[in-house]
Amino acid sequence: MRRQVPLVICFVAGVLMLAQSFVPPLNWFYTNALAWARIISCIAVFIGLISLVRLHATKVRRRAADWKFSIITLLALLYMMLAGLLTRYGVFVKLHGQCVPGSMGDKIVTGFQNAFNFQDIFLNIQIPVQATMFSLLAFYIASAAFRAFRARTFEATLLLVAATIVMLGRVPVGHYIWGVPQATAWILDVPNTAAKRGIMIGIGLGMTSTALKIMLGIERTYLGIKD
Amino acid sequence: MNFWRFLLKMDRRIIFVLVGLAVATPLVVPLNLPVRVTEPVRRLYRAINEIPSNSKPVIISVDYDPSTVPELRPMTLAVLRHCFRRKIPVIVITMLPAGAGLARDAMETVASEFPGSSYGKDFVYMGYKPGASLVMVGIGQDFQGTYPADGFGKPSAELDILKGLHNYDDIAMVLDFTGSSIYESWIMFAYQKYGCKVGAGVTAVMASDAYPYLNTGQLVGLLGGLSGAAEYEQLINWPGNATIGMDAQSVVHILIIVLILLGNIAYFVTRKKHGAAQVAGQGQKGSS
Repeated sequence: MRRQVPLVICFVAGVLMLAQSFVPPLNWFYTNALAWARIISCIAVFIGLISLVRLHATKVRRRAADWKFSIITLLALLYMMLAGLLTRYGVFVKLHGQCVPGSMGDKIVTGFQNAFNFQDIFLNIQIPVQATMFSLLAFYIASAAFRAFRARTFEATLLLVAATIVMLGRVPVGHYIWGVPQATAWILDVPNTAAKRGIMIGIGLGMTSTALKIMLGIERTYLGIKD
Repeated sequence: MNFWRFLLKMDRRIIFVLVGLAVATPLVVPLNLPVRVTEPVRRLYRAINEIPSNSKPVIISVDYDPSTVPELRPMTLAVLRHCFRRKIPVIVITMLPAGAGLARDAMETVASEFPGSSYGKDFVYMGYKPGASLVMVGIGQDFQGTYPADGFGKPSAELDILKGLHNYDDIAMVLDFTGSSIYESWIMFAYQKYGCKVGAGVTAVMASDAYPYLNTGQLVGLLGGLSGAAEYEQLINWPGNATIGMDAQSVVHILIIVLILLGNIAYFVTRKKHGAAQVAGQGQKGSS
C-alpha cells in the first residue's frame, strides 16, 4: 500500500497534466497544480533552512571537522535573517523616525541602523567575496590552458584552432584581424549550433522517456526504492 | 635546461603574475580599443528600440548571483538605461534569492540617473519568488495573482505600472540576464507557451549554448559576456564598466593564446628531441 498509493498519484497526475494540454476543460487541474507547486516551492526553501541549521548544529555539537566554520555559518545566517526582517518591516525607521526616502523605498541612514541594513551588508560583503572567488578562475583557466591545451590528436587540434579563433573574435583586438570576426561568427552559428541541437534533441528524448518511466512506475528511485 | 623545457615546467605562479599584470595594466593605462558591434547584440538593441515609449512594460529578470556580477551587471545596467531613456516601463524581478539585492541595486543605480522617473509608474521592483518556471507560467495566467505585492510589500493593485497588466499579452518583452540556463525556461514558457518575446544576456562561457535559440528566433537578441555588454554600451552611447574592461579582456585573451602557442611549440620541440634521444639510445644498445 505504501508503494502503490504514491505510484497511483504519480500516474494520475502525470496523465492529467499530459491530457490538459489537449483537452481545454481539464485546465482547472493545471491551474491548481501550479498553485500547489508554488506552495511546495516555498516549503522547500523552509525545509532547506531547517536542514542547514540541523547539519551545522550537529557538527558543532559533535565537534566534527571544521566545526568552527559551522558556527560562523549559523551566526551569519542569524544575522542576515535579523537584518532582513528588521529592514523589511522598517523597524529602525519606525523606532527612530530617521529615514531618507530613496527612489524605491525608505533607506535607513544613520549609525547603528546601518549595521543591520540588509542591502548594505549584501552589497559590501557578499558581492565582493563571491566575485573575488569567481575571479580566481581566470588565473586557473590560464594556467590549465597552458598545460593541457595540446595539439596531440586531430580532434584536439580542431578544438585548439576553434577556441583560439573564438577567443580572438570575442575581444576588440580580434575584430581588426582579417577573417577572424567572420570565422568566429561561422563557428558559433554553424558547427556550434549543430552540435548543441543534437545534444538538445538527445536531452529532450531522454527527459520524455524518463517522464514516461516515472509515470508508468518503472522508474521508482524517487520513492527511495532501488529495484 | 633549455628554454623549451623551462617553459614546460614553468611554475604556475609565473602565469598568475602574468595574468594579473595583463588585467591590471590596461585598467591603469587604457588602450581604448574600439568596440565593434556584433549582430546578436544589434538585434536585441533593435528589438528594444521598436517598443513604443510609455506603452507596454518590459520584464527584466535579474537571474544572477554575485559571482557573475562583473560580467552581467554592466549589461543589465546598459539595457535598463536604454529602457529608461526610451521611457519604456520596466518591471524588475528575480528568480534567485541572491539576485534580489542585485536586482534592486541595478534598478536603484539607473533610477538615480533618471531623476524624472518615478517608482510605481515608470519602474517597479517585484523581488524574489521561489519556483522559477512556476512563476513564469504564473505570470502567463495572472500577473497580480503571482505577484500580489512588490518587493517592498506594497500591494500590486496600488502600483500604476501594473494597472491593467494581466499576463504576457500586456508585456512587450522579457529580458533575462543570467549565468545559468534559466533563459531556456523563459523561452519555453514566456515565448513558446504565451508568445512573449524573449531576449537574453548571459556569461561569455554560456553564450555558445544560446546560439541555437538565436538562430531560430526564439531569442530576439543576445548579449554574451563582457563583450556583449560593451557592444550594447556602444550602441546606447553610454560607455561604462564593460567598455573599460574590454581592454583588459583583450590583453588577457592574447596572453592566453600566446601561452597556448608557446606550450604547444615547447611540447613538440621537446617531444622531437626526446624521440631522437630514445632512438639514439636504442641504437647504442643495439651496437653494444
